[in-house]
Amino acid sequence: MSDPVIAIVGAGPAGLRAAETLALAGLRPVLFDEAERPGGQIYRQPPPGAERPGAAIYGLEAGKAQAVHAILPTLGERIDHRAGTLVWNVFEGRLDTLRAGAFAHQPFDRLILATGAMDRVIPFPGWTTPGVFTLGGAQIALKAQGVSIGRRVAFVGAGPLLPLVAHQYAKAGAEVVAVLDVTPFGAKLRSAAGMLAQPSTLAKGLYYVARNALGRARRASGVRAIRVEGEGRVAALAWTDHKGAEHRVACDAVGASFGLRSESQLADLAGCTFAFDALTRQWAPVRAPDGRSSREDVFLAGDGAGIGGADVAELQGRRVALTVLQDVGRPVDVAEVARLDSALARQAQFRAALEGAYPYPEHLVAAVADDEILCRCEGVTAGALRDVVRHKGAAEVNRVKAFTRIGMGRCQGRVCGHAAAELVALERGCPVEDAGRLRGQPPVKPIPVLGGFS
Amino acid sequence: MTAAADAPLFHRLASRAGPLVSFTIDGAPATAQAGDLLMTAILLNRPALRRFEFGEAHRAGFCFMAACQDCWVTLADGGRVRACTTLVRNGMAVLIDGDARV
Ligand SMILES: Cc1cc2nc3c(=O)[nH]c(=O)nc-3n(C[C@H](O)[C@H](O)[C@H](O)COP(=O)(O)OP(=O)(O)OC[C@H]3O[C@@H](n4cnc5c(N)ncnc54)[C@H](O)[C@@H]3O)c2cc1C
Repeated sequence: MSDPVIAIVGAGPAGLRAAETLALAGLRPVLFDEAERPGGQIYRQPPPGAERPGAAIYGLEAGKAQAVHAILPTLGERIDHRAGTLVWNVFEGRLDTLRAGAFAHQPFDRLILATGAMDRVIPFPGWTTPGVFTLGGAQIALKAQGVSIGRRVAFVGAGPLLPLVAHQYAKAGAEVVAVLDVTPFGAKLRSAAGMLAQPSTLAKGLYYVARNALGRARRASGVRAIRVEGEGRVAALAWTDHKGAEHRVACDAVGASFGLRSESQLADLAGCTFAFDALTRQWAPVRAPDGRSSREDVFLAGDGAGIGGADVAELQGRRVALTVLQDVGRPVDVAEVARLDSALARQAQFRAALEGAYPYPEHLVAAVADDEILCRCEGVTAGALRDVVRHKGAAEVNRVKAFTRIGMGRCQGRVCGHAAAELVALERGCPVEDAGRLRGQPPVKPIPVLGGFS
Repeated sequence: MTAAADAPLFHRLASRAGPLVSFTIDGAPATAQAGDLLMTAILLNRPALRRFEFGEAHRAGFCFMAACQDCWVTLADGGRVRACTTLVRNGMAVLIDGDARV
């Protein structure tokens, strides 16, 4: 009997560790990533020609990055790495793929989805001005290209990426003029004990805050009513402090985002059951501690099925591979299973504390004005959403999408989907889980069709 | 302190050796470095990547990780590429405002 085909989508820390574990057990997994080089988001590698020393790019994480990057070169042909290949659909035991304009299919017996995460976005006045990027985008500009998003950069948001990216910019020689946290400081203090007990990669930002390495940058917590000023380009970032006083700092670029959201469209297309996670305030495919989804042939690892950060992603990648090995009748090291399970349980506790430290900034969503662009793909406003909730009885986001095209643009709701659900919930006065979640649709990203792009 | 209207957006912090790449933006010659993604190459020369097709505005990308699709730019040969995942190449001709067809 020939070996089962194990397909993995995502060559970040989760997918790479899964592939490694399978390869070391004698299987040859097929590993897809639309990026040309492995590493995923946190360990993103510069493209050919833009390489720099690992310590300059990854800082304290350079050792981990190097270990993750070494997996494919070390294992060589034992992993079938399909670089630069987008998986745009999952259908009946088969992946639809696209590499450099060429379409192909990949049948699989087992599928591991390790698709990672992106920044969670909340609209605010001026957020579509050229020069406003997500915090992750600002970080990638620096890591992958050695550039800053502007000459005078302001950062605003929630979650551990905020202090982390600000620190990385300052260290690289950028002029950071403001670091503004929309979370009140009290919430952070409440959870600090939990976090110090279990430091992880995702919380390194707090360490940097403590180091106070940001020089003259304006620093504030609990900021509200943020707004970018400037016509055609960024001129300033303005905000209101917790006492209601107005502040403003001149800048020419802004990094802004509010936590992370899972990239879960493929799990949806694969038919996985989703559940609402109150802690991270988002829907995610249901995942058992051993990495099983609700479907027998689909497995989940890393941030794509719930945000855990890079260290957790590596652990989950290893763990899910052992589950798959067991299912296909290969021997599994039970001591290793136990070790991974207890490490993951410890991380979960820490993770709860970290999320608790960054409660969702509802005040920002509540403040979104009717004329604010919600869907940046097609320029549809928050007012258009409120209108169909109020007057057309659109009680959940898929109805809103049908009426307004919010979530139907090129990004498929990756950017607007969360805020759309929050706005529907506020308008209806219901919990956000009752506002539904945008259903995934193939292709999950734009692919060429006859005469243009879908 | 406000940047000039047409000043570039990005700023190179880590200089590196390597060949230069010549390309054009709306017909005007521009320079980048091998290893620059098209997004980087354009924004080191200009404040935006493209016109917004649903209103009077420009866009300069947003997520830099192939998720938001905000950075698709038009080339003079009619091709469209996602600037955050495409390397700049010698002779590339980018259209931002020079494209009458939009
Ligand atoms: C921009 C950004 C910066 C971050 N920085 C940090 C940080 O500094 N510290 C930290 O602890 N955490 C950071 N995080 C959190 C981060 O998500 C995790 O730490 C870690 O990267 C998760 O690993 P992963 O393997 O689950 O996913 P990722 O590392 O995100 O890898 C997922 C991979 O899947 C690929 N992929 C997804 N969908 C498809 C598809 N349909 N077809 C083909 N390939 C696909 C992607 O190209 C990507 O390479 C960051 C997140 C983002 C978005």
